[in-house]
Amino acid sequence: MTGGRNSTPVLSLSAASLSFGERQLWHNLNLEVQPGEFLAVLGPNGTGKTSLIKAILGQQQLTGGTVEFLGRPVARGSRQIGYIPQQKLLDRSTPLRARDVVALGVDGHRWGLPVSSRAVKARVDEVLESVGATDYGNVPVAMLSGGEQQRIRVGQSIAARPRLLLCDEPLLSLDLHHQRSVSELIDEQRTALGTAVVFVTHDVNPILPFVDRVLYLAGGRFRVGTPDEVLRSEVLSYMYDTPVEVIRSRGRVAVLGAPEGYGVHDHLEHHERPSGVLG
Amino acid sequence: MGGDFWSQIFGFADYGELLWLVKNSILAGALLGVVGGLIGPFVMTRDLAFAVHGVSELSFAGASAALLFGVNVVAGSIAGSLAAAILIGILGAKARERNSIIAVLMPFGLGLGILFLSLYGGRSVNKFGLLTGQIVSVDNPQLLWLVVVSIVVIAGLLVIWRPLTFASVDEDVATARGVPVRTLSLVFMVLLGLATAVSIQIVGALLVLALLVTPAAAAMRVTSSPLLTPVLSVVFAVVSVVGGILLALGGGLPISPYVTTISFLIYLVCRLVGWRREKSGPGPRARLSKAAA
Repeated sequence: MTGGRNSTPVLSLSAASLSFGERQLWHNLNLEVQPGEFLAVLGPNGTGKTSLIKAILGQQQLTGGTVEFLGRPVARGSRQIGYIPQQKLLDRSTPLRARDVVALGVDGHRWGLPVSSRAVKARVDEVLESVGATDYGNVPVAMLSGGEQQRIRVGQSIAARPRLLLCDEPLLSLDLHHQRSVSELIDEQRTALGTAVVFVTHDVNPILPFVDRVLYLAGGRFRVGTPDEVLRSEVLSYMYDTPVEVIRSRGRVAVLGAPEGYGVHDHLEHHERPSGVLG
Repeated sequence: MGGDFWSQIFGFADYGELLWLVKNSILAGALLGVVGGLIGPFVMTRDLAFAVHGVSELSFAGASAALLFGVNVVAGSIAGSLAAAILIGILGAKARERNSIIAVLMPFGLGLGILFLSLYGGRSVNKFGLLTGQIVSVDNPQLLWLVVVSIVVIAGLLVIWRPLTFASVDEDVATARGVPVRTLSLVFMVLLGLATAVSIQIVGALLVLALLVTPAAAAMRVTSSPLLTPVLSVVFAVVSVVGGILLALGGGLPISPYVTTISFLIYLVCRLVGWRREKSGPGPRARLSKAAA
């Protein structure tokens, strides 16, 4: 789909390590993400999934190794990256309509007044259409439901046709129906634009049909591979260091016996996140 | 007795002559209305209403120090509010930290101001004016200061408007997209400090919120359009200030109660309108929920 570009990875981590004090989250992580690839980042809380996203955004210093985006060391943010943060509803008094939120994804970094060019307006209409939000484009964004706001966020994140889409638990607090439609939207975008997707989630099932590879983080260890290679009883038992059973049934995956709260260090998680965001 | 009371609040004798005398003040007031109206929506989305109050108390301290030492009051007021705004901007990135810093600064500023005023032996009208407003007594060189500072604030806001909006409503995503969120935040605090300092000259340190917050809060009740919000907010602020000056002219009272009352009444009306708007729901929203049902 993206032709000759397939040789250049969008994202590459080499010998990347991250620890907080004594605690090692991951060590010697080597990973390349190709254009159009869908990578799911799985694992229990506190294993550094969100920290990985922050590292790619240049907001989290690695303890070792490098992260490169499009062949260059990551900077603090990039216009070639689309980002869907952990779901948090926009403030009730936000003086923006749904379409304005999408427009910020296109030209929010530009100086001046919020008057968008005709080209930007056309792009916003196109994006609203593609995320199925044309009906509520002019509705104040704070009046939208959680599912609708998340569609708008997906639209905002893809509006500038990014090379990489970072999704941090974008399905959290959505019902099953919306989980499916938001996942499908993200998948459609990566197929249409050849965008690489890094998708952090604690539940792989809504995105399982789209995932090319899985990065599984647990207990200071990691595994990379296709879902079939990684989501297996022996692999996860080794990672959790305890017998774990992976059951696959009707296209769904269930992990049984994974120690509840394994790797959870609440104080750590809270340090990693900006205040006011509930995890 | 009753007649006396009302003629003290509203008096329109020799109104034409008075109007001519204060025409500069009215123009400056209108300009300050524009400043307050433009900056207000950002004060709201960035959750800085309390910060405005804190900044204004230090601005009051600066102004009273200037009064005591016989230097330009506007300059003193600007120095005080810039110091407070930058301090809050640097130390208070997170809302909770910010509020505690403001709560610490505020009484300190007010106390300093009271100290300087007590030491100052001049006319007591000046003293009271810093807290409750005094534009009609502002002289011409000071008016020039007000105009220049106001223009700086308006120009600054127009330049950073869009990225500031992005950073204000959605900091995480704006950071990810490479918007210089920290720098914008500091620049905004400087502009807010300047805006507070000039607003104090009209409505006084205790009442700046009526100019920097109430008009924007009112506008945001009735619209969510990113263009209409600042436009309405500016209209509300200008109407409050200019209306306040015009009404205050004849009576012997300071202008601030007029300004704050008009601004409050506008807010009440907007709340009512906004409440009705939410109840009935805008067209597309209603259709959508019907379609989903």
